[in-house]
Amino acid sequence: MESLKNLSMTRYLKEGGIYAVLFILLAVIIIQEPSFLSLRNLSNILTQSSVRIIIALGVAGLIVTQGTDLSAGRQVGLAAVLSASLLQAAENVNRVYPDLGEIPIVGVILVVCAVGAFIGLVNGIIVAYLKVTPFIATLGTMIIVYGVNSLYFDSVGASPIAGFDERFSTFAQGFIRLGDFKLSYLLFYAIVAICVVWVIWNKTVFGKNIFAIGGNPEAAKVSGVNVPKTLLMIYALSGVFYAFGGMLEAGRIGSATNNLGFMYELDAIAACVVGGVSFAGGVGSVAGVVTGVLIFTVINYGMTYIGVSPYWQYIIKGSIIIFAVALDSMKYAGKK
Amino acid sequence: MTGIDKQFPGVKALDKVNLKVRPHSIHALMGENGAGKSTLLKCLFGIYEKDAGEILFLGEKVSFQSSKQALESGVSMVHQELNQVLQRTVMDNIWLGRYPLKGFFVDHDKMYRDTKEVFEELDIDIDPKVKVATLSVSQMQMLEIAKAFSYDAKIVIMDEPTSSLSEKEVSHLFKIIKKLKEKGCGIVYISHKMEEIFEICDDITILRDGVWVDTRPLEGLTMDAIISMMVGRELTQRFPPKTNVPKEPILRVNNLTAANQPSIQDISFDLRKGEVLGIAGLVGAKRTDIVEALFGIRERSGGEILLHDKVMRNRDAHEAIQNGFALVTEERRATGIYGNLDITFNSLVANVEQYKENFGLLSNRKMKSDTQWVIDSMSVKTPSHQTNIGSLSGGNQQKVIIGRWLLTQPEILMLDEPTRGIDVGAKFEIYQLILELAKKDKGIIIISSEMPELLGITDRILVMSNGRNAGIVETKKTDQSEILALAARYL
Repeated sequence: MESLKNLSMTRYLKEGGIYAVLFILLAVIIIQEPSFLSLRNLSNILTQSSVRIIIALGVAGLIVTQGTDLSAGRQVGLAAVLSASLLQAAENVNRVYPDLGEIPIVGVILVVCAVGAFIGLVNGIIVAYLKVTPFIATLGTMIIVYGVNSLYFDSVGASPIAGFDERFSTFAQGFIRLGDFKLSYLLFYAIVAICVVWVIWNKTVFGKNIFAIGGNPEAAKVSGVNVPKTLLMIYALSGVFYAFGGMLEAGRIGSATNNLGFMYELDAIAACVVGGVSFAGGVGSVAGVVTGVLIFTVINYGMTYIGVSPYWQYIIKGSIIIFAVALDSMKYAGKK
Repeated sequence: MTGIDKQFPGVKALDKVNLKVRPHSIHALMGENGAGKSTLLKCLFGIYEKDAGEILFLGEKVSFQSSKQALESGVSMVHQELNQVLQRTVMDNIWLGRYPLKGFFVDHDKMYRDTKEVFEELDIDIDPKVKVATLSVSQMQMLEIAKAFSYDAKIVIMDEPTSSLSEKEVSHLFKIIKKLKEKGCGIVYISHKMEEIFEICDDITILRDGVWVDTRPLEGLTMDAIISMMVGRELTQRFPPKTNVPKEPILRVNNLTAANQPSIQDISFDLRKGEVLGIAGLVGAKRTDIVEALFGIRERSGGEILLHDKVMRNRDAHEAIQNGFALVTEERRATGIYGNLDITFNSLVANVEQYKENFGLLSNRKMKSDTQWVIDSMSVKTPSHQTNIGSLSGGNQQKVIIGRWLLTQPEILMLDEPTRGIDVGAKFEIYQLILELAKKDKGIIIISSEMPELLGITDRILVMSNGRNAGIVETKKTDQSEILALAARYL
């Protein structure tokens, strides 16, 4: 009986270790600076996490299938530049397309998401049909997408694209005030993304097939799952998430250059693995991904709040990634 | 299925093979390892494409392009290596590839109900909502059969379904199989266990080296007749004459227990100079764990290993090799060969420190001569030293690996399923090698699932049952039924 108790103790530690990390971090920050505990900071952290959550949810689906995506950040950048160039204010004298009429925001969303889906589809074809390992495939497209984005950025003037249409600024920066708490539109979009991904992962055939492929590709194949097609779909879907995230990022920052999105993919992948999405495939949860993103935002925001040097923040971030994944492999690796 | 041909690079796996299965019957498909049984069924199932021949199913000519197509048409297969997604639930696994839908979403309630229904019909007691990883091997096997059944299959193929089951579980399985038969299924049953074949099968087809030998009703056939058809010659010629003479003990193992259970507990035995000691047991009896523990790649919590009465610590493989132990592992592809590297590398990799010369650089000349020694003494058939080992046949790969370990000059050579997936001729050569080594006073431990093999070449047999030593028998004085009885001792 006693040993049973011990067993479940260690199991709780392994299962919930990552939530413990989040709480310890918060506790340390609050002890250092009790004023951290405010609705304003909470809403700031949630808002800062929102776009990252959308991007991380895109990569997460790929990691579940034993894949990865290095091109995520550059895809975010392309979508940002594209949507910025299409949504400048009519009275802006530096407009890149002076004769462009007023495009509905929904129209721009559709355009950038279609571009994102296309890039994702290309990734999917390379991985599923040309059988290139995802790391290499997306390393290639990462560089290509940056090249394409830079060409476009050059052709529209090679200077930061800013001065957005009022509608776009509201779309990305607007919020509803609830006392001290600001419910930003960004958070709202993130919640929608979370719901969509949760439903896909848990309630659809497509989602179940993703987990089956990640857990045991051979089993999925002999059970009649169309593995290449499913991979194609999940890569295309991830492209849509990056694109939407990129558009929001442009609106949030208020300007876009071809370098926007640089290294975002590593933040997203780190958030996923910290949140328990296993690189071995077949394992992951939406709640985990969200927690992973929150942990990194808390580190950024909270540590800056209490005055920890950004260099120390890097060291802490790196250690947490290793700690989280070590926990993860202890959970799944059978001991001999 | 008539006139099925299948060619792999370098081998003709199937040569005009026929198979005819009636509804309401259980059809045994027999043949030695490598006779082409699995290849034939994979051609039927759409996993391999056949080169020639035709398949008639319910009177119509068919050619399944994918397993999905085969499954949907009513041909399902319980695979030998269990193909399951361990991280997902039982019901997720059963309905994988054809989840029931309610509108756009997966209908979990229906999945649960249907799974329950199938389980009840087959008298299986598993919770559909637990993760597959938590099931025992036999439960996983049941799950696979329930899955095959749930496809409304007309033909169910079972590839050695009992290899990992206890006797009680086997009888349960037979009940299920008979139920399938009553429902009008034709069942293709592959097994190496003769008693089982006689217990439940109606017809039998025999293959040998990819060639169809005979199909007939089982009634009136004797075990010997089947064996001689399978082997194609008298059984006495399957093994070389035993001329090794066991002498004084060199290795003693006392109360060996592994740290991470379930695994081996309290294993004691000794091994004599010039002796071949077999380890028998059912799949899951933890036979491999013994040699892993001896070789230092499985953590021990207790027991001692004495070589020449000196305590060997063998904390890792490196130390074990230094102490004169060698292990030819079970999974040749996974832990044996370096498939895309050449014969030289594969021969020398366990012994590479011996080739250091000046400045710690490796000596080409010595490496070349040792590679040649491996090729000559093992009679490996290879075009050159630079040939990739992956392009050799399984038998030749295995010979290279045995040669690799002999280069380390071991006193104790442990072989885990050394003849699995190897053709009959190469098997004979490997037996010869093992007996030669025993004559040179090495101590040899051999794990095998093939009972005749153990009875043919060992001096004594240690029988494992559920992680424990169920008894050590003299090979000359024992038989298959005594060993099987011992293997079931602690179940």
